[in-house]
Amino acid sequence: MKILAINTSNQPLSVAVLDNDCLLAQTTLTTHRKHAEFLMLVIEDLVQKADLKPTDLDRVVVADGPGSYTGIRMATTAAKTIASTLGIELVTVSSLLNLALNIQEKDTLINPIFDGRNQNMFTGLYRVKDGEMQNVIADQHTNLTKWLEAVSHYDQQIIILGDTDPFEAPMREALHSRLAVANPYLGIPSATLLGQYGLDKSPVSSIDAVVPRYLRLTKAEADWKKLHPNEDTHDYVEKV
Amino acid sequence: MARDLVLSFETSCDETSVAVIENGNRILSNIVATQIKSHQRFGGVVPEVASRHHIEQITSCIGDALRGANVTYDELTSVAVTYGPGLVGALLIGVTAAKAVAWAHHLPLVPVNHLAGHIYAARLVEPIEFPAMALVVSGGHTELVYMPEENQFQIIGETRDDAAGEAYDKIGRVLGINYPAGKPVDELAHKGQDTFHFPRAMDADDNFDFSFSGLKSAFINTVHHADQIGEKLSHEDLAASFQQAVVDVLADKTKRALKEFPVKQLILAGGVAANQGLRDRLTKEIAGFSDTKLELVPLSLCGDNAAMIGAAGEMLYRHGVRGDATLNADPGLEFEWLVDEAK
Ligand SMILES: [Zn+2]
Repeated sequence: MKILAINTSNQPLSVAVLDNDCLLAQTTLTTHRKHAEFLMLVIEDLVQKADLKPTDLDRVVVADGPGSYTGIRMATTAAKTIASTLGIELVTVSSLLNLALNIQEKDTLINPIFDGRNQNMFTGLYRVKDGEMQNVIADQHTNLTKWLEAVSHYDQQIIILGDTDPFEAPMREALHSRLAVANPYLGIPSATLLGQYGLDKSPVSSIDAVVPRYLRLTKAEADWKKLHPNEDTHDYVEKV
Repeated sequence: MARDLVLSFETSCDETSVAVIENGNRILSNIVATQIKSHQRFGGVVPEVASRHHIEQITSCIGDALRGANVTYDELTSVAVTYGPGLVGALLIGVTAAKAVAWAHHLPLVPVNHLAGHIYAARLVEPIEFPAMALVVSGGHTELVYMPEENQFQIIGETRDDAAGEAYDKIGRVLGINYPAGKPVDELAHKGQDTFHFPRAMDADDNFDFSFSGLKSAFINTVHHADQIGEKLSHEDLAASFQQAVVDVLADKTKRALKEFPVKQLILAGGVAANQGLRDRLTKEIAGFSDTKLELVPLSLCGDNAAMIGAAGEMLYRHGVRGDATLNADPGLEFEWLVDEAK
């Protein structure tokens, strides 16, 4: 199975082309945020370097969020359009899980973090069990205080990775020696690991219905929902 | 002769649209998913919400457009997409999807200026004859564009502040009309009289520029003043007075432009081109220009749609315009100003 894997959830851009478990080509850039200019260019380049044509692909695996709203939209739009237009499968994977895949240690809780500013974070808790990455606490948009309360119930070691800088000191204060901080390069997602993870996952049943995992309403919608708690939000867009 | 088939994308604001256009002038399909109902909750377009809706709709619109046109990817000639002006996050969905389709099927990619699309919508009715002039009026734009030849666009005048459509939405709010207010205000105006005589800004100035913020302020002040003294003003007359001022300025500047730049066609394009008051007035005024024909873009194609992008895209394709995998959205994209060589 030929797989194209894409992650542009935050500043890094990572794209890989795999043939089953075997990596054919990968590019990872951390130097800029111009995903709009680079994403399709890198995809084009890698598929060509892997000696494949777009029509040779069987599956697209995308990290669909959480992350920067524009970033996860770029990856998700490219992934769902490529899968849909080529009539191939699409697998969506959490961007936090994609990062957690960088840590393959047993008996450790893996805590990928994306900075949401002002002590807010997109985060989730993972662990490797039976050779498989498992989700322990669901991905969420939360704040440091609430997150610390959630993770304090576990007594294993917790390793944080990703945007650790704003959270390391307060988390160490609460978790002491149970906290470990991953090497910064492990905070960069690998599309190869993403593709490999997506190899035996079930594809989505409706590509058209795929939307990024924002994990957060827009402010306008959140305010609206407060005022209209029972409003059905499903038919706001209509084909005319 | 083989058919030229463009698959075109438009996502610059609050409509997700994909179309298939044959030979640049025939609509085989034109799918438009409108988000108006969603943004009406907020009284106007919220950019982040718009981007989120575009990504919900994009692939289903592509599928519908191809099925509706009964066309396969193998038959397509090119992929055209709006890359500006517009909301950056919204534009990026169409640009990314168009690049993905072009790459997947080895098709040339043609970047299209959204306003060229509005103008070239006229082509879906009748061939454009050059030199031509376009009055483009929409929620984001109000400009006079001179087109000496195909694929030449030169701005000769534009709004210095609000776009005409924006002014409609703002005064609509004062009258308790939700966005988009263009159509309801137009309908209200037809039931009233111009009794308030709002200012016609820059009407006498010796240029082709517009200004609508003074008119908008005069309107709002009039209503607020009446509210303060407990006076009830006729909404019909307010709408009629506002519309008359807008139409006067647009018609006067257009007439002046036509005198200085004699053209074969005047094209009225953009969302506000659906305004009946403006259509009636220009129809009347064009009688004074015996060599110029008025092209009113049909109501169904005045709003944002991908058919118009395909119509412009086919023309640009013939002129060798191409985009590549690095094509980005250009939210502030503009035509060039006419360079007056005499000066
Ligand atoms: Zn428009």
